Amino acid sequence: MTVLPTLQKQHHPLASGAAQRRRLAEIPVARDFEAALAGAGLLPLRATGIEVLQLNLGRKCNQTCHHCHVDAGPDRTEMMPPDIVDRCLEVLAESAIPTVDITGGAPELHPQFRRIVETVAGLGRRVMDRCNLTITRLPNYRYLPAFLAEHRVEVVASLPYYQARQTDAQRGDGVFESSIAALHELNALGYGVPGSGLVLSLVTNPVGAFLPPAQAAAERDWRRELERRHGIVFNHLYTITNMPISRFLEHLDEKGQTEAYLAKLVQTFNPAAAAGVMCRTTLSVGWDGTLYDCDFNQMLELPVLDGVPRHIREFDPAALGGRAVALGPHCFGCTAGAGSSCGGATA
Amino acid sequence: MDDAHYYHAPDLARFAEMGKGSPELWEKFSAWYGAVFAEGALTAREKALIALAVAHAVQCPYCIDAYSTAALEQGSNEEQMTEAVHVAAAIRGGASLVHGVQMRNHLERLGM
Repeated sequence: MTVLPTLQKQHHPLASGAAQRRRLAEIPVARDFEAALAGAGLLPLRATGIEVLQLNLGRKCNQTCHHCHVDAGPDRTEMMPPDIVDRCLEVLAESAIPTVDITGGAPELHPQFRRIVETVAGLGRRVMDRCNLTITRLPNYRYLPAFLAEHRVEVVASLPYYQARQTDAQRGDGVFESSIAALHELNALGYGVPGSGLVLSLVTNPVGAFLPPAQAAAERDWRRELERRHGIVFNHLYTITNMPISRFLEHLDEKGQTEAYLAKLVQTFNPAAAAGVMCRTTLSVGWDGTLYDCDFNQMLELPVLDGVPRHIREFDPAALGGRAVALGPHCFGCTAGAGSSCGGATA
Repeated sequence: MDDAHYYHAPDLARFAEMGKGSPELWEKFSAWYGAVFAEGALTAREKALIALAVAHAVQCPYCIDAYSTAALEQGSNEEQMTEAVHVAAAIRGGASLVHGVQMRNHLERLGM
């Protein structure tokens, strides 16, 4: 599999979240995000509760995808320390948050991944693992498919396209073949098979600077093509818009497409999609315990706004459940077209 | 006025300015256009591929840009898009060639 150095490893000017925010701020847009929200009657944008606690366990990954908003890769070392893991598990035990969304990097690389899954599943919560699939083919991680099935974990698997060329172009040479092998194994365990109760959701990001297809139509195409070409079944296809930050921002800059892409996101602002943005129901926890409105804000180093607890140690469900959301021009990435979230389209 | 750019990519974004001369006709065109491309007996993806092929047949650079993007955004891939362009090219080529029958008719009229 082709693996590249991360922006951080390259000491790239866009390696820091602050630098990415500065780059986005210098691009002239027809209207800012706050004005678009105000026009839709959604300003200030507030959370309506915490239905999903998203735990970002770290930035280490076995892949270096071109669109990665985390700038994850094998050379990253950030990893949630044990005391923060313990605090997250305490918060979950003390609260009634129904869903835990585990992400990274490749979250399975975290040394306490198993303990986290076992504890959260033991609390009776819905557990989602954002899995890059190829991790399950590595010798030390061959246990994963059976382990995830045993704990009824919902697998949310990245696969940008049902063909190798596009998938490998985004995620690295050989990723498609390895991903198909992983999907076969998951299917064999019952994942995606009707009646099994084991949920397999696929995630697709466009392989380039354009918006994703309509989710329902794409799901029909994917179901037909993955079944026909590879005999693979799955439950859902989530379409996710590429966020113009981190490595995708670097890619846009390199192609001279940043201004045009941002203009497209602004032009296609959809008030219905804005009403359903995930930050209204999700709280994102960084590897060091800092709290964010979403994983994108986390990578932009944009924590929850002043006035509410900013660290998992001070978790306060009442204050955080009604917080105003920190916004920026990147937010147009979640409100363009049919909208975009960790659970796919929002409108 | 820069007459070096009869086709100028940013002009596509100014398409709606055609409404200035006749707002009523523009509104009718826009409503009809939107309805044509909505999901119907054909999927939106199929319609975008047809539009891409027609764009090549009528050789409209604005339409080629717009429907190359639209085809991707409807989930089509490079192979499908390329085949659609070949369909347009085949019809254009075939349309020329089938006129050869007219030539043959003429030859038959004039010849012995």
